Amino acid sequence: MALPLAFFAVFFAYPVAAIVTRGLKADGRWRFDRIGEVLGDPGVRDVLWFTTWQAAASTALTLALALPGAYVFARLDFPGRHLLRAVVTVPFVLPTVVVGTAFLALLGRGGLLDDLWGIRLDTTVWAILLAHVFFNYAVVVRTVGGLWAQLDPRQEEAARVLGAGRLAAWRRVTLPALAPAVAAAALMVFLFTFTSFGVVQILGGPHYATLEVEIYRQTAQLLDLPTAAVLSLVQFAAVGTLLAVHAWTVRRRESTLRLVDPAHTARRPRGAGQWTLLGLVLVQIALLILLPLGVLVARSFETPDGYGLAYYRALGSVDDSGGMFLVAPVEAVWNSLEYAAAATLIALVVGGLAAAALTRRAGRLARGFDALLMLPLGTSAVTVGFGFLIALDEPPLDLRASWVLVPLAQALVGVPFVVRTMLPVLRAVDHRLREAAAVLGASPLRAWREVDLPLVGRAVGIAAGFAFAVSLGEFGATVFIARPDNPTLPVAVSRFLGRAGDLNYGQAMALSTVLMLVCACSLVVLERVRADRTGEF
Amino acid sequence: MNTSLRRALGAALLGALATTTLAACDGSDEADSGGSKTVTLVSHESFALSPEVQKEFERKSGYKLKVLENADAGVAVNKAVLTKGHPEGDVLFGVDNTLLSRALDNDLFTPYEAKGLDRIPASVQYDRDKHRVTPVDTGEVCVNYDKKYFADKKLAPPQTFDDLVKPQYKNLLVTENAATSSPGLSFLLATAARYGDDGWRDYWKKLKDNGVEVVDGWSQAYNDRFSGSAGGKKAGGDRPLVVSYAGSPPAEVYYAKPQPKKAPTGVATGTCFRQTEFAGLLKGARNEEGGKALLDFLISKRFQEDIPLNMWVNPVLKGAELPKLFTEFGAKVDHPETMAPEKIAENREPWIKSWSSLVL
Repeated sequence: MALPLAFFAVFFAYPVAAIVTRGLKADGRWRFDRIGEVLGDPGVRDVLWFTTWQAAASTALTLALALPGAYVFARLDFPGRHLLRAVVTVPFVLPTVVVGTAFLALLGRGGLLDDLWGIRLDTTVWAILLAHVFFNYAVVVRTVGGLWAQLDPRQEEAARVLGAGRLAAWRRVTLPALAPAVAAAALMVFLFTFTSFGVVQILGGPHYATLEVEIYRQTAQLLDLPTAAVLSLVQFAAVGTLLAVHAWTVRRRESTLRLVDPAHTARRPRGAGQWTLLGLVLVQIALLILLPLGVLVARSFETPDGYGLAYYRALGSVDDSGGMFLVAPVEAVWNSLEYAAAATLIALVVGGLAAAALTRRAGRLARGFDALLMLPLGTSAVTVGFGFLIALDEPPLDLRASWVLVPLAQALVGVPFVVRTMLPVLRAVDHRLREAAAVLGASPLRAWREVDLPLVGRAVGIAAGFAFAVSLGEFGATVFIARPDNPTLPVAVSRFLGRAGDLNYGQAMALSTVLMLVCACSLVVLERVRADRTGEF
Repeated sequence: MNTSLRRALGAALLGALATTTLAACDGSDEADSGGSKTVTLVSHESFALSPEVQKEFERKSGYKLKVLENADAGVAVNKAVLTKGHPEGDVLFGVDNTLLSRALDNDLFTPYEAKGLDRIPASVQYDRDKHRVTPVDTGEVCVNYDKKYFADKKLAPPQTFDDLVKPQYKNLLVTENAATSSPGLSFLLATAARYGDDGWRDYWKKLKDNGVEVVDGWSQAYNDRFSGSAGGKKAGGDRPLVVSYAGSPPAEVYYAKPQPKKAPTGVATGTCFRQTEFAGLLKGARNEEGGKALLDFLISKRFQEDIPLNMWVNPVLKGAELPKLFTEFGAKVDHPETMAPEKIAENREPWIKSWSSLVL
């Protein structure tokens, strides 16, 4: 537990405390009266209310739409399953400004819905909710589906043999087993949408603001640190309450399960019911995820002389970038991969150790630690970024201009995914196996390696996929220290979109498509590494 | 443990080692750069220069130039304020007149009179007595129009602020949120400069009645909503008027293949606000000498002539030659509105608040 704790103390708690203190302390005196002032502002209360209800609505909608997907990916075997599972994770890495464009093309004026039925959803809360589903579908599919695939289907079958109806069997056997994973997914989706920034700004228009948007505005635009500090504290309080409730409800539900090799749980769909479900999920994915992605891909090929590869060719040269880049834009692929690999490694080590420690220990301290690990998801990127800036500015920790800062900041967001994906599986491992190993003379480390690791191999793969995707798509922290000679993909996309001109727009779309491809390929490879081992379980 | 898992872990470990080694190499490189060989420029996302020009600076001065870019100028300045005395780089470029007071009030800069300052017009030397900042470029924020739309409708494009509230231009303009976007704020300041400290509110009421649309940032306005831009055409944008820059039309030509004979967009020259961008030597800079050399370089002929086609704004140096493409397709703005940094600093917050409740 020491390493993850130290990591969080140095790279999260300390910087965030530094920036909040800076905001709340004036001339050496604490200014707690600011808290009352800011909370008394009806504008701030409106923001808090909107932030909360849209996050709740987004989470509910995402769960409703994505749980069938989780089932389909976990239990049904159909051609293209692995590829499709990688593809639904792609939205996760895309810059919101790019996705916003695609959603406007579908939901906005002159968009597809407008053309077909005269329906416009831009600047309504529906656009925000749908975009949130688009971004977070994979969270549910991967977190819940990961555990679902490892549940022994024979238990449910046994219940049915004993006379339970299909629904009853599912409700009594499978649902309780899945509950921790569903709760974990819901929690992550809620935290993500609670701190939603780009989606709300772009699709909601200037009328909707979340706490995160307000914190960004106060910090980055107005440099009103006292107000930003208070808002950050409000966000902490809200997230902290949520985490406490989560910890309290979930504590009793995590139980030892019988886990099996996922390769043997998925079958070809049987019966009309399963075929229909598969069909519905595929249609849903096509409309909700593939269509917006398709819009972007189509635009990347749409040159002034018809469809072609002109923008992709331009990505290979420095000359067309008009001095924005000192290297060919396509080099950004390697920068992104390097950063993401480093961030994934850090997240896996820190998160893996944390999850292992959490399965071992119980009690208040462990629960507090569990909650602490989730906090970065609920903390504004600008708070963390500015915190890094003023806290990590002296040797030996003057990391401000070092590229290590980028993977470190990205790992902060990756760790919660690693912990939340691995924890339900780790807790499900029968502790008697570990005890048996210990009785036979294995050290705790050896027991972990021989017992836990093989069983959680799949969870590690999924967690790594998440951490990798988070890092690939990360923008807020990366842009803080980006350099023209080592831009990452999202940073490069944003630079292209920051200028007028066909070639810039086209290259932004082409680079976004490259980002999708890189993400999908990486995830397929990550899953392959795992698939190689099947049968050795 | 099974073999393939061990292999995977081994590979991961190797990767970790490689990464750490890389980091170490990078670190030693950084350590060098902490000395006198590298000069670091902190700027915003729009900063750009030709690779040859950078190489020339490095050859002549003997310093290696490192650039740190932030998303926008506001963030760059705020970061400099937060790291005051212990800055991230040696020179900050990109402080414009809407942000200058914040930078000066926080005492960010070491005064330095750059070589060649005498060839820069006095009108842009806001800090002439103290030389804390050096003017580098000027650029205008103006309403751009979609030429094709107005030609098809046989309607003359608007030219002035007064035109924008006329009924024939109803529901045509899209602008940026003044609270979150730099061109959005400039447009608000332009109307305040034109109609007076209070008169702008009436003007915006009329603008609102005439169907102005407000979106969050420049990219949404220009790339999604504006019908004249390359992005807007693909995205199905249907607003033929947008608040953008005077340099946008030549950029539309320059970044097109093949380059068209005429710019697809034009500038309403009576709706412009002039921003001047400054650079300054940061207090506590690790490489002060290099920073001074960089400031000299920023107003040298070589860099000044490199500005137009990289950043799409005007050089400040008298006699700097402008590229043909820039003069041919760019608009010449004779009488832009502008405002002194102190006045902006004083009114910025109350005006944005008032504007938000009026327009949003």
